[in-house]
Amino acid sequence: MLNSFQHLQNTMNRINQKLKEDKKLLSIYFTAGYPDLNDTVQVIQDLEKSGVDMVEIGLPFSDPLADGPTIQESSTTALHNGMHTELLFEQLKDIRKTVQIPLIVMGYFNPMLQYGVEAFCKKCHEIGVDGIIMPDLPLDVYQNEYQAIYKKYGLVNVFLITPQTSDARIREIDEASDGFIYMVSSASTTGAKAGFGDTQEAYFNRISEMNLKNPQVVGFGISNAETFAHATQNAKGAIIGSAFIKHLTSHGVGKIDEFVSSIR
Amino acid sequence: MTYHANEKGYYGEFGGAFIPEMLYPNCEELRSNYLRIMAEPSFQEEFHQLLKDYVGRPTPLYFAERLSEKYQTKIYLKREDLCHTGAHKVNNTIGQILMAKKLGKNRIIAETGAGQHGVATATVCALMGIQCVVYMGEIDIARQAPNVARMKMLGAEVRSALSGSRTLKDATNEAIRDWINNPVDTHYIIGSVVGPHPYPDMVARFQSVISEEIKWQLKEKEGRENPDYVVACVGGGSNAAGTYYHYLDKPEVGIIAVEAAGKGIDTTESAATSALGKVGIIHGSKSLLMQTPDGQITEPYSISAGLDYPGVGPMHAHLFTSGRGEFISVTDDEAMTAGLEISQMEGIIPAIETSHAFAIFDHRKFEKEDVIVINLSGRGDKDLQTYIDYFKL
Ligand SMILES: Cc1ncc(COP(=O)(O)O)c(C=O)c1O
Repeated sequence: MLNSFQHLQNTMNRINQKLKEDKKLLSIYFTAGYPDLNDTVQVIQDLEKSGVDMVEIGLPFSDPLADGPTIQESSTTALHNGMHTELLFEQLKDIRKTVQIPLIVMGYFNPMLQYGVEAFCKKCHEIGVDGIIMPDLPLDVYQNEYQAIYKKYGLVNVFLITPQTSDARIREIDEASDGFIYMVSSASTTGAKAGFGDTQEAYFNRISEMNLKNPQVVGFGISNAETFAHATQNAKGAIIGSAFIKHLTSHGVGKIDEFVSSIR
Repeated sequence: MTYHANEKGYYGEFGGAFIPEMLYPNCEELRSNYLRIMAEPSFQEEFHQLLKDYVGRPTPLYFAERLSEKYQTKIYLKREDLCHTGAHKVNNTIGQILMAKKLGKNRIIAETGAGQHGVATATVCALMGIQCVVYMGEIDIARQAPNVARMKMLGAEVRSALSGSRTLKDATNEAIRDWINNPVDTHYIIGSVVGPHPYPDMVARFQSVISEEIKWQLKEKEGRENPDYVVACVGGGSNAAGTYYHYLDKPEVGIIAVEAAGKGIDTTESAATSALGKVGIIHGSKSLLMQTPDGQITEPYSISAGLDYPGVGPMHAHLFTSGRGEFISVTDDEAMTAGLEISQMEGIIPAIETSHAFAIFDHRKFEKEDVIVINLSGRGDKDLQTYIDYFKL
């Protein structure tokens, strides 16, 4: 059971506030320290100014198993640029002076483990990060070892589901979640050209009929207005990653608003 | 105290399945079926039949007389180099291809470093008429050319891993990504005791035929099942796991693991995980791995492609931290010298991976009465070019 203080923290979390808004949410993923080491803060600020609802800040990892070439390459570049965990926290230190939208740190578990899970969560809390997505931190390990720490620092943990995830496991994940569920659109690494066909349609319908307690946000394979509109027919929102990274690669950080306005 | 995996795939604090949800159904299907399938009499029968008639098992346990004389101790060699395809790797691929068939899979993927596991996988796929894709680092493709040609000849597609250090670690990443993208029809044949649960335990069980045979072979030759020491080189640790398996919980049998120090553990070019690694997550498993303080996995180095891996399997991480295993790291130069020595003293040209295990005598003394079994994990044909270049033959 949560005590009332923790409960208060959870309900005040910006993610939960945002999910209550009566609109489809656009969330953008980008890799911290990309294209240039010190672009992180400006990218977040420009995304907010352009009307994005939520930002996922990618902490780059040397071996990003779940990512396709675009995010792999941006991670490699960011690491070459000198990005690391402590530096990211340093860059984000004053982010809440200028940015109001929910911020989520997304990465792989090993860098978090090396930093110290509690120290990492504490830092996120101090900065005003609202949630964490660690795709390779499994549900049971999270529940047995780390859930209490996440709660203590008021952090929302976001789990992924895929078209292959069984109903029973989706129920378990729904039970363990207190923000939203990250619905991976197809069996793929990031950046794969999904295009939403019959499989996705059936999957979207199946999930929507399950009446989960947590809203769902769709990610992977969303790259333009069409895929965004399609993904959000049933879901609460959608996440764009690789397509935005590609935009940064070819246009730099100056034209973020152009990308965002092309989506909706 | 046991040094085997528990039902969740943990060896002490190591192991588990730290995988993205995209891999959960794949691993769960395997986890919930592997023990049942392996216990089926029809599976056991086919597995052992193939090991006997196709692989050529049992492999001899050979008393190395001249080597024993030189080092003043009793040295036996377990001849895995005589397996079909030239290394122990095929024990595992035979087991896994049968597993894949039972699970109804019709496409196989694998990663490979030295190419031995790739060849062993391509071989069993040819045997069963199943499509095969092998991921291999670009650098390894260049230094293990004969094995690349063998895989192609066997009908496999070899895909070059271009990311990161372009060696075994990156080939493994690419294979995992392939599996994420093909979750239904594909089985991933991992080549060592690494990866998420149930792989380390499953691969160790398939390789355990090595120590099962050592037990009765040694009984015939020495009148006892237990040697004083079992010795193996450790890349990911599959030949070692197979050599130790039936001795893990027998404290009277010493366990010696030999890692690749590359140019030395005090240089930046090494693959000696026990000496240089810290606890972390690699390829879905909690283990020891070489990494920066920030948790980025570092690029290992060894002259031997099969040992050029920045982690070890969770069984070995546990053997190391618990003190059950004695870990020795051997440099490129020491391994090459030992490889030449065994060639000229016993008439056996070992794989460079295996040569590392033969260099322990520079590091450690044994009693005259000690019985030592060294796993001769593979033969050196694939490494001839490296030997030629090194010794200017
Ligand atoms: C002959 C031989 N020995 C040892 C190894 C190292 O692998 P493992 O530690 O899994 O036995 C390899 C890997 O390719 C090999 O080919």
